[in-house]
Amino acid sequence: MAVTDYVRKRFFPHLWCPGCGHGIVLNALLRAVESLGLSKNDIVMVSGIGCSARISGYVDFHTLHTLHGRALAFATGIKMSKPDVKVLVPMGDGDALAIGGNHFIHAARRNIDLTAIVLNNRIYGMTGGQFSPLSGCAVNATTAPFSSIDNAFDVVALATAAGATFVARTTTYHVTELEKLLKQAIGHRGFSVVEVFSQCPTYFGRKNNEGSAVQMLRNFKERTARLGSSALEKDGDLIPRGVFVQRQAPEYCEEYEKLVSRVRGAGA
Amino acid sequence: MAGGIRFLQGNEVCVQAALYAGLGFFAGYPITPSSEIAEMLSRRLPEAGGTFIQMEDEISSLCAVIGASLTGKKSMTATSGPGFSLMQESLGYAIMAEIPCVIVNVMRGGPSTGLPTQAGQGDVNQARWGTHGDHAMIVFTASSHQALFEVTVKAFNAAEAYRSPVILLYDEALAHMREQVTIPDPGEIELVDRLRTSVPEGVDYHPYLAREDGRLPMSDFGGVHRYNVTGLYHDMWGFPSTQPRVVYELHHHLVDKIELRADQLASYREYFTQDADQLVVSYGSASRSARQVVWSLRASGERIGLLELETLWPFPAQLVREMCERASVVVVAEMNMGQVYHSVRGAVSRPGSVYLANRVDGQFIAPVDILNVLRIVRGKGA
Repeated sequence: MAVTDYVRKRFFPHLWCPGCGHGIVLNALLRAVESLGLSKNDIVMVSGIGCSARISGYVDFHTLHTLHGRALAFATGIKMSKPDVKVLVPMGDGDALAIGGNHFIHAARRNIDLTAIVLNNRIYGMTGGQFSPLSGCAVNATTAPFSSIDNAFDVVALATAAGATFVARTTTYHVTELEKLLKQAIGHRGFSVVEVFSQCPTYFGRKNNEGSAVQMLRNFKERTARLGSSALEKDGDLIPRGVFVQRQAPEYCEEYEKLVSRVRGAGA
Repeated sequence: MAGGIRFLQGNEVCVQAALYAGLGFFAGYPITPSSEIAEMLSRRLPEAGGTFIQMEDEISSLCAVIGASLTGKKSMTATSGPGFSLMQESLGYAIMAEIPCVIVNVMRGGPSTGLPTQAGQGDVNQARWGTHGDHAMIVFTASSHQALFEVTVKAFNAAEAYRSPVILLYDEALAHMREQVTIPDPGEIELVDRLRTSVPEGVDYHPYLAREDGRLPMSDFGGVHRYNVTGLYHDMWGFPSTQPRVVYELHHHLVDKIELRADQLASYREYFTQDADQLVVSYGSASRSARQVVWSLRASGERIGLLELETLWPFPAQLVREMCERASVVVVAEMNMGQVYHSVRGAVSRPGSVYLANRVDGQFIAPVDILNVLRIVRGKGA
């Protein structure tokens, strides 16, 4: 199947701003789904609210567009009652880690088989450029006119500590790597997290003099390095990309099924 | 589950009735005085092959319930005031996306943490208007364990029939007291399942295209039809729309499907109302004290009756108006500052004849509290 067979063509052109990185993530995600040979009927996509959440409107899967921050909670209900579907949960940085932070760590703790994709553009785009918990210090935003004093979460460290069994990070510049990591994450049995640096030239770029979308992509290239690379060893300021965690552990839905058969077996 | 006579706690009656109604999924978070429901279902649901999950908070509990219901399972959560406050956002989502589910709110007293282990009836208006925006709501209550069983099944039936969240409100007193209840045999109470679409696989399915009777046949989410569900105003495919006509029609559909059926949804009990010139209106466990008052005054020859409401919303205004028409005095007995009292005043032709007998000190409203109000009212020559 061609990648375009996975989209709802009548909703294009999409609503993202020119230069936005989210379309690149959508493209890579569909390529990953295609290369896994998944059928459209096998996939449920649950999203929250924000620019990233609009991904769910464009894909021809079972799609649930929910509330700000709550996508993982809705997804948990779906996966628990229908464990045979693949559940993909794209979220923005504020969506996943501010208002949805509690659901994020608890989904990771349970190791429930969901694929969480954090589209991290370090800003609230849909509401007009406010800082997020992934903006970090010294960032300009419409709610940080004197630059932010808030520290950022490290998504990889947070997901790892909370118990996610697959954790990866990449950027929209590294499109083939992105596709590969998403493929691995979707194929992983358990809670998987892929953090994707995505550019928001409209708000983050403009407010922080990062230049055009092209310049922002170039920054992703220059400010990150692959895990295990010599570049990363030489320069501690570079942000590592790649797979940070990949381990097998009991998956929540499977454990629940086991519990049910144990209970029912004992009663029979 | 075999029927028979049992001696149960109110929360256990709710559990038994939910299972009787076909509950397949429960998500919840511990909170007094509803926790026994989660505790019992954590045992009973796995035994029955259903799904139980304890979530990280009440917000996620109702979200998970909505997700599970979409896939085709009868789903519920249970909580008390503070948790119910946290559920208001997703409650609105269930209204907008038309997802059947049952939310049990075992009422404590007061706002905030209030009186966690004592009875109150202060969430009547929150149940109606707690979530934002214009909307309609179905809210049931009960005054005895036998009624609670029936009303719980009714809540599931209404959720499925109307594709709507349904709130079951009862208070700590009913939740924790034990009394006799006859569990009906399977099949004794009719069960309603949601309509499912007859559109075959591969044919365009319109998830939000209502039939002429207003009902929307569902296709289990994640099954053979792929469609979109959103909390935004949406068209018949479930895709967001801001077209005035689409918005207007959906808005009216959501409100009208419930408000225009207030008569069908009205559930109530009446005692000695035929010739009553004094009428007590009450509901929930407060109604037990009201019943005592009515029985004792009847014994001394007074023409007094009781209207006990089981449907609180949509408010059965026509029923209340007709019942109160003959009475020169109407006393509303409840454990709050007059939440149903105000609805009754709004429904009757002579609001000046409506009085409130209430108690808001955490103590259960006693027959004497209602009697005292009746005495004062009659002393005024009303």
